[in-house]
Amino acid sequence: MQNMNDSHAPLPSQQSSETTSASGASASTSGERKFAQIPKESVKAHAESIGISEVSDDVSAMVAEDACYRLREVMQASCQFMRHAKRKRLTAEDFNRALRWSNVEPMYGHNSPDPMVFRPTKDAELYFYEDREINLTEFAMETILPRNPGETTVKAQWLVVEGRDKGAGSSPALSEELVQYYDQVTRAILGGNEQLIKTALADLRTNSRVSALLPYFVYLVGEVKSISHDLEALTRLLQTAQALIQNPHLYLGPYLKQLVASVMYCILEPLAASINPLNDHWALRDYAARLLAQICRSGCMSVEGLQKQLPLALQKVLVDPARPLCSHYGAVVGLTALGSKAVEEVLYPQLGTYWPFLQSWMEDRTISNAQAKADAHRVQGAILSAAELLLKTYQQSSSDPHAESSHESSPNQSPHHPDASDFTIGTFGHLLESSGTAGPNSGGHRRDKGPVPITQMYSDLYSFFGDSLAVRVGNGAPFVPAKEDESDQDVEPIIEAGSSAFPSVQVERADLPPMLTFAGNGQPIDLSSMPSTSEATHTTTGGRRTSKRRQSSKESPKSKRARRAPSMSDIFSLSRASQRRRDIVVNIRGGRQVGKKKTKPGALLGAELSRLCRRVPFVGKRKKVKTLPGKVLQPSMGMLL
Amino acid sequence: MADPNRTVVVTDGSNDASTVSGAATGVQSSPKGEKGAGTDPSKMDQQTLAAVLQFLKNNKLKDAEAALRREAKLPDGNGDSSGSSRVATSGEVSSVLSAYESEGDLARYCEYYNSLSSFIESSLDAHKHELGCLLYPVFIHMYLQLVYNRHEKEAHKFFNRFSVEQEDWHQEDLRTLSTVKTREQMEGNDLMDTFRSSKFVLRMSRDSYQSLRRYLKQNEHRELLSILQDHLFIDVFDGVPRNREQVQATSGAMMGEARRDANKVKVLYGLPKEPDINVPLDDDDEGAEGEDKPKKKKQKKDLLLNKNKKADPNAPPPSRIPLPELKDADKLEKVLSWKEGLKRVPLGRENLPSICFYTLANAYQNVSAVGVSEDSSLLAAGFEDSNVRVWSLSPQRLRTMRNASELDQLDKEADDIVERMMDEKTAADSWLLHGHTGPVYATSFSPDREQLLTSSEDGTVRLWSLHTYSNLVVYKGHNYPVWDVQFSPTGYYFVSGGHDRVARLWGTDQFQPIRMFVGHYSDVTCIQYHPNSNYVATGSSDRTVRLWDVLNGNCVRVMTGHKAAVHTLAWSPDGRYLASAGVDKNVLLWDIAYGRLLAEMKGHTDPIYSLCFSREGSILASGGIDNTVKIWDVQKVFEEIAGSDDLTSLDRASLVEVGSLLLGSFQTKATPVLKLHFSHRNLLLGCGRYQHS
Repeated sequence: MQNMNDSHAPLPSQQSSETTSASGASASTSGERKFAQIPKESVKAHAESIGISEVSDDVSAMVAEDACYRLREVMQASCQFMRHAKRKRLTAEDFNRALRWSNVEPMYGHNSPDPMVFRPTKDAELYFYEDREINLTEFAMETILPRNPGETTVKAQWLVVEGRDKGAGSSPALSEELVQYYDQVTRAILGGNEQLIKTALADLRTNSRVSALLPYFVYLVGEVKSISHDLEALTRLLQTAQALIQNPHLYLGPYLKQLVASVMYCILEPLAASINPLNDHWALRDYAARLLAQICRSGCMSVEGLQKQLPLALQKVLVDPARPLCSHYGAVVGLTALGSKAVEEVLYPQLGTYWPFLQSWMEDRTISNAQAKADAHRVQGAILSAAELLLKTYQQSSSDPHAESSHESSPNQSPHHPDASDFTIGTFGHLLESSGTAGPNSGGHRRDKGPVPITQMYSDLYSFFGDSLAVRVGNGAPFVPAKEDESDQDVEPIIEAGSSAFPSVQVERADLPPMLTFAGNGQPIDLSSMPSTSEATHTTTGGRRTSKRRQSSKESPKSKRARRAPSMSDIFSLSRASQRRRDIVVNIRGGRQVGKKKTKPGALLGAELSRLCRRVPFVGKRKKVKTLPGKVLQPSMGMLL
Repeated sequence: MADPNRTVVVTDGSNDASTVSGAATGVQSSPKGEKGAGTDPSKMDQQTLAAVLQFLKNNKLKDAEAALRREAKLPDGNGDSSGSSRVATSGEVSSVLSAYESEGDLARYCEYYNSLSSFIESSLDAHKHELGCLLYPVFIHMYLQLVYNRHEKEAHKFFNRFSVEQEDWHQEDLRTLSTVKTREQMEGNDLMDTFRSSKFVLRMSRDSYQSLRRYLKQNEHRELLSILQDHLFIDVFDGVPRNREQVQATSGAMMGEARRDANKVKVLYGLPKEPDINVPLDDDDEGAEGEDKPKKKKQKKDLLLNKNKKADPNAPPPSRIPLPELKDADKLEKVLSWKEGLKRVPLGRENLPSICFYTLANAYQNVSAVGVSEDSSLLAAGFEDSNVRVWSLSPQRLRTMRNASELDQLDKEADDIVERMMDEKTAADSWLLHGHTGPVYATSFSPDREQLLTSSEDGTVRLWSLHTYSNLVVYKGHNYPVWDVQFSPTGYYFVSGGHDRVARLWGTDQFQPIRMFVGHYSDVTCIQYHPNSNYVATGSSDRTVRLWDVLNGNCVRVMTGHKAAVHTLAWSPDGRYLASAGVDKNVLLWDIAYGRLLAEMKGHTDPIYSLCFSREGSILASGGIDNTVKIWDVQKVFEEIAGSDDLTSLDRASLVEVGSLLLGSFQTKATPVLKLHFSHRNLLLGCGRYQHS
């Protein structure tokens, strides 16, 4: 039919109504049928537009009638193309195909995937679709090139595993209700109203219907990366993550990795917020580390490899000197959170190399470096706490002969911290506490190795920390979170023996001048005389250890020992090399040593170590050790005050 | 053959309409009666003859009439010219001259229809539902007669008044019909041609039929009678009238139900004995460690024993259809698939499958077909922009063959010659195949994975080499969009079907089809080769599923029950059961042995485009554009019917009474499920294109 071409083009409105009725397909079973109706007036109008003025009513009625029929026929045919293309939506392309098969020239310029928008004219009852003119010159000169949509690819994923929905590929459309809930909760969390935040988080912790929204909340938590300047918001997001972890109805499964990634981001990254020293990003890192520990503990760490990946990731940050100190701090805190095993396996071997690096920071006394120095002390404090955790674990295992399980599980099995969300700033003492309380279950296999490794470790660590370590390990249980205000302003230092979580901070708070003097005092250390002594010490202790191990160990990993031995010597040589620097710190902290070290620097290590070795049994026995800090510290406090 | 007395075409009630009953018998005794074209030559001749005689008589050309009668050996017309029969004959004649010419009082059609409708309404409940089926075809033909005789206004009125009373599933056809408003438009309308040239088939118990006869005797509605006579085929059976559910279960097809005799031929649905494969295994194991050898052999033997303890009594003889001989590679392939089969996870209602979903990302051109190779290692997607892309789903990347000069240098006797032929430098994750000029609607891998078939809107089927990733053959013949194409399980043969309503059987090396399967009233939308390569099942938008015998091209099963176009089919692994689904969102399960409907599985909310049985046949997976995969417990149905192979009940389609068969429903995020495939180990693979927005 020739007139087909003429009649359908100018009648977009009818055509569109046909489109809807046809794509609505079998739905319209009864009642009114909406088919294309082309009035004869339209035919006349169109005829006029192409220069045929005299069209009689009869003719136009006939043409209209026929055009309608053809249009419907074509629509029905085009539906077939839609069906076979396995689509739900009819496209202009389908229509054109149907036209082509009925030997009609297709309509051009309608192949947009979006539906055509028809607009009515104001005066006449005429509909048209917007067809703006395109300036071809401009179009050609356009500098913004269309984005490459990317090649068609195949992506495989599990939809169902043994009949159970994996959840990853499938999240059914959200109900209105859930969307509202999500809106409200996010608004509350990111808003400033404490009460609302509390309510929202409490609900997230307990609501069982959150599961449908889990991917969205995980995504929300993932936003930490884009708001790293806002400590407040970061904390909120971490709290959200915590609430999700605590919710017993949720199976984090595939989302755990994303959550952990967000948490790790907060622990490790040099957040934009940390540029301003007034921002207490340390607290955030501590909190994130606690959260990490909690995730570990929640038992959902079954995600393959995550258990192994985390320490490795932290180690990578720790050994990277290009990373800022706050990242190192995060790594240490994170390792502490992961438990004594992580500390022992990752932090402890690194300490030898890391310590001098840290010291170099702490020693730099230029004013411009004050901030970095403060940071370094933070890191030191964190390492100290880690060391403490390590020794505590050992201590527990050696003090409890009936210990069964392996010590690395301590953070996992420790009871839930009663009020983890209510964290105090600048401390992770609760971590230690929780792992400490898990003592009876921890460190079982340590018995094989006997007390000597502890001694060894202690002496190693002592070489770094001096008495502050003894204080912390020795004073036993009360790892009370630090009560002091940790904002980095130079306030009057409050030094409280036994309760301070960060001795390094105290040092930092002591004014710079005394340090300078101390540095001056440290001068006379005889570096050349040192090696022999400490070498001897090392060989003796090392030798003893190996012999003892040979006796007691079932199958003590030789390789491990072999690996550790050089690192030990490294530590020693390094500690020797940094003796002068360490003096400053140690001297300030352990007042009693000040004199000794200054006078007999060379004899220090040997004598001290042997003394410590003798003291080790006491370390294991609380009552006796408890009294120790008082004895040791009193003079030093006196001196400082 | 059925007893001709049992199947009677409705006559005008007088017993002497010898022509008509003769014609009916003619249809019955025709060996290809089930092809349903309705243009039986003997009948046509008789009717035309009668028409000419009538014409002569009416025009008082007595000599000519007598001469013709003599020649045609017909009895003298004067003897039996009773009033009623003459009226009937005249009506019949006009319908021959022009199917819809009618001299009757067309204005009274509404009245006639109403009368029939109220008769059915007032008849006994037992007969009501069977008789109810009459209404739709009568309605259609009355409408068309009105249109044909230029009573457009009455036709419009008639249509508006009664079309809403028709069953839901007829509405689609009614919509098509309603566009026909003038006599001219009837020309060239496919649906119209179908209605005019074919008879609408109804099945009815003898009791219902008798009650209809009584009604027709009482009310001599000539027009109604002629419609029933000319355009309807009433298949009468002895037995209890069917109830509403039974009637509904099998109704819905464009031209009514299947005739009873259409499903009488025995179908050899069994699987032939697996060929004995001993030779290639040793070759195969050469690469493997020596200690592994005996173990593998043993495994294989066990498998063979399990598989073919005895020949299936329902299996066709192996030589029934000439099949390509197994190459060494094919034998190896079989052995490997058996080995894989050993690791199969048994599935069932307690043990649902895992589903791995392959999502096509960045497919802005829209995916219109997805195919997966039998061993789940290759995936082919056809796009609406005429392209085809082949992906490897295994770690093995896709390589092309070296060029001719390089190939020439290879040692052709080498054991790994196939491997050597490949150019490692060309390894890629996917290959794009250009060639079609319209959307690609189907893809099918050859069993040896060396070839790929695609069919397209451009009316062609193309064969591609997966060694060179180039087009080997273009099969032209359909001339209209080809909706589906599928390789036979043995390779070489393939079947295509499309808009021309014909399914064609081809050999890959012949450019002409070997068989044409003609009989569908509308587009052939989907094809599934029977596992034993002797039969082909086709689904159509005439809402029937047909089974064709490859040997002789006969239609051996017609199965009705779908209420909309069928878009996908799947054979159970044992070859006895067929599942079909499509636009009506229902999955139907058929027993091919008797052509009966076993179960109806409802649950999808949008058209279904993919079906697949698990490898042991215990569960069925279905997927559609409602973005869900549903798992059905078909084992339950099989168990139910296992005990009751009662032939007497088979005449009546009775659904197996089991509760819901749905075992699981799994939703994708925004990906229509266009393809489902069970791997040898019973892992379910799904595929579709991610739909943003």
